[in-house]
Amino acid sequence: MRQIYSILVNNHPGVLSHVAGLFTRRGYNIESIAAGPTENTSVTRIVIVAFGEQHELEQIAKQLRKLYDVRDVQQVPYNRSVTRELLLATINAGPERRGEVFQLATAFGAHVVSVSDESVTLEASGNDHKIRTLLKSFERYGIAQVARTGMIALPYTGMPSDWEPPA
Amino acid sequence: MEMTGAQIAIEELKAGGIDIAFGIPGGTIMPFYDELLKTNFTHILTRHEQGATHMADGYARVSGKVAVVVATSGPGATNLITGLLTAQMDSVPLIAITGQVPTPMIGTDAFQEADIYGCSIPVTKYNWLVKDVREIQGVIREAIRVAATGRPGPVLVDIPKDIQTARAEYNPHAPTAGALPAVRQMPGLEAEGIEKLIEALERAERPVILAGAGIVKAGAAAALTQFARHAQIPVINTLLGLGGFPGTDPLFLGMPGMHGTAYANFALCECDLLINLGARFDDRVTGKVSSFCPRAVIAHVDIDAAEIGKRVRTHIPVLGDVRDVLRVLNQQVKPAERRSWLEQVESWKRDYPLQYGWDGSIKPQYVVEQIQEITGGEAMVSTGVGQHQMWAAQFLRFNEPRRFVSSGGLGTMGFGLPASIGAKFGRPDKESWLIDGDGSFAMTLVELATAAMYNVPIRAVILNNGFLGMVRQWQELFFGKRYSHSHYPKNPDFARIAEGYGVKGFSVRDVDQVRGVLEQAADHDGPVVMDFHVSPEENVWPMVPAGAGNDEMQLAPPSPELAR
Repeated sequence: MRQIYSILVNNHPGVLSHVAGLFTRRGYNIESIAAGPTENTSVTRIVIVAFGEQHELEQIAKQLRKLYDVRDVQQVPYNRSVTRELLLATINAGPERRGEVFQLATAFGAHVVSVSDESVTLEASGNDHKIRTLLKSFERYGIAQVARTGMIALPYTGMPSDWEPPA
Repeated sequence: MEMTGAQIAIEELKAGGIDIAFGIPGGTIMPFYDELLKTNFTHILTRHEQGATHMADGYARVSGKVAVVVATSGPGATNLITGLLTAQMDSVPLIAITGQVPTPMIGTDAFQEADIYGCSIPVTKYNWLVKDVREIQGVIREAIRVAATGRPGPVLVDIPKDIQTARAEYNPHAPTAGALPAVRQMPGLEAEGIEKLIEALERAERPVILAGAGIVKAGAAAALTQFARHAQIPVINTLLGLGGFPGTDPLFLGMPGMHGTAYANFALCECDLLINLGARFDDRVTGKVSSFCPRAVIAHVDIDAAEIGKRVRTHIPVLGDVRDVLRVLNQQVKPAERRSWLEQVESWKRDYPLQYGWDGSIKPQYVVEQIQEITGGEAMVSTGVGQHQMWAAQFLRFNEPRRFVSSGGLGTMGFGLPASIGAKFGRPDKESWLIDGDGSFAMTLVELATAAMYNVPIRAVILNNGFLGMVRQWQELFFGKRYSHSHYPKNPDFARIAEGYGVKGFSVRDVDQVRGVLEQAADHDGPVVMDFHVSPEENVWPMVPAGAGNDEMQLAPPSPELAR
């Protein structure tokens, strides 16, 4: 199972070491980690995607809450949150295939940020599914390099508590 | 009043009720040491920083107070790591204060620079690198609070040399600085869990209490004793929980698990309700989890939410301070008799007692029994790690908490000697004994110099079998008697080593001299080392093999002649 942890921590040096160290020390599997400032300058939000058995995912939350600098841990269910990731990808495409690449990029709502004689660099954002589909679609051109931010997430607000995602 | 960073640190420690530290000076901590001379603060100079940490640890365990260890940067600081993790695993409140190279030099691979902030993250509850002298007061105050509250643990404060000499305004009555994180509240009591526990207890026919170090740390020993006697529930103590329930009480079942008593393990296997009070279900206690307490509803009271359900499936979780929980239980639980269950437990105690063979050599268990007789369970006893530690845990009987000082979680060999010295500083009114193995003792024996220098009257007993005994036992049982590198055929003469340090030394090879030497040592005015040459291939029984269930416990093989 995968789980998103949205963690509010005190904004000071060393806090990322404490959080990341917990995952290595206890052997938890981490898929991505993203950190950035919040509306409150003394607080940073770290979003971690981890996977493991249900029991282990609960332990991760409990262990995170024990960390001195951790103010709040939310375990965000996928179907009740908005998740986004930013992607930069350089696609192998000379002038003759550029048009195709531009077209495909448009289909994904991706922007072209740089073009050279051999390649096109794209910028895209979206949820996990969209980013993966996009990368798969460009595989046949050859992907020279990829940079991803890792996922960030916020719970949806104003949803009825009994809401279930459509099957 | 304007003061230097070093002065502020010391003043704030004193304001927190701390008046003693263990350590060794060096380049980057010299301003701090210079201030120590000018104020009323005891410092115990040790021979190795690891020893200083274990001394502080022993001090904290017997006194219940926060203890301080001081070291310089680089190797001084890294020598603390084993001691810090020992304290972390056993939830002991320590503050390590380390010197650091001056702030402009940090990150330049300066002489004696170590990233002790980074190194100590996984071995402390929390740590700080102080980069501004104005932060020192708040950090030291917070360090004391973090170490002592909730589930206690070690913290580290790294102070660069230039911050120690920089000056700042110091107001002892200043409120804690606003920039520090909000104070964590202790978990409130969950009435629902306690109600369920009481219901389960009313239904239970065969309840057992597993009492851990939480009882000792929470000051809940008296409350536990009242509860167990009132509700007539047998009590098992974990290694670190020993003394949390009177060892001479008829309800006492000793220690569980790998080298626990047979009757404790039988009781765990047969009970229908297990009440875990402040124990963390360590793997040495549970054995194979799938066969742990197979017939029982499991209730777990702990101050640390992360311990509940960590290893063992818990039916009744109760988050809170175990003393508060016991107070409620003592008010609400009805008295009970449980005659048939207690008779069953009694018959196990009768039929499967701790025992050992007798062949004319000095049996280590016999030495421990003699120490028990001489001290009457009143003394503090520290141990190293291994066979001797298990024999001490099995054959000593403590009626009070904070008497048994042993490295449980980390199993740190070499812990015992320095811990026994620190314990004497923590409780000068109590005798401090050490039961050690030759392997453990040799790892930190340099601290005999500290015992001699401060004339600390420790009574150090070495159960010398010339082996890394527990390793040898495993090799005998699980590695086809291939004793790979567990033998010390040329051990030093520990009595003469002791004499070299200015410490009284005895070497004992004759069983008839055991009692006399122990009595002489007990009366000696100063530190003593007794080197008992014990039966070299004695094993610790009973034993649950690693990875096996407690129901697969092996009892001692039949012996021709049992202990006299």
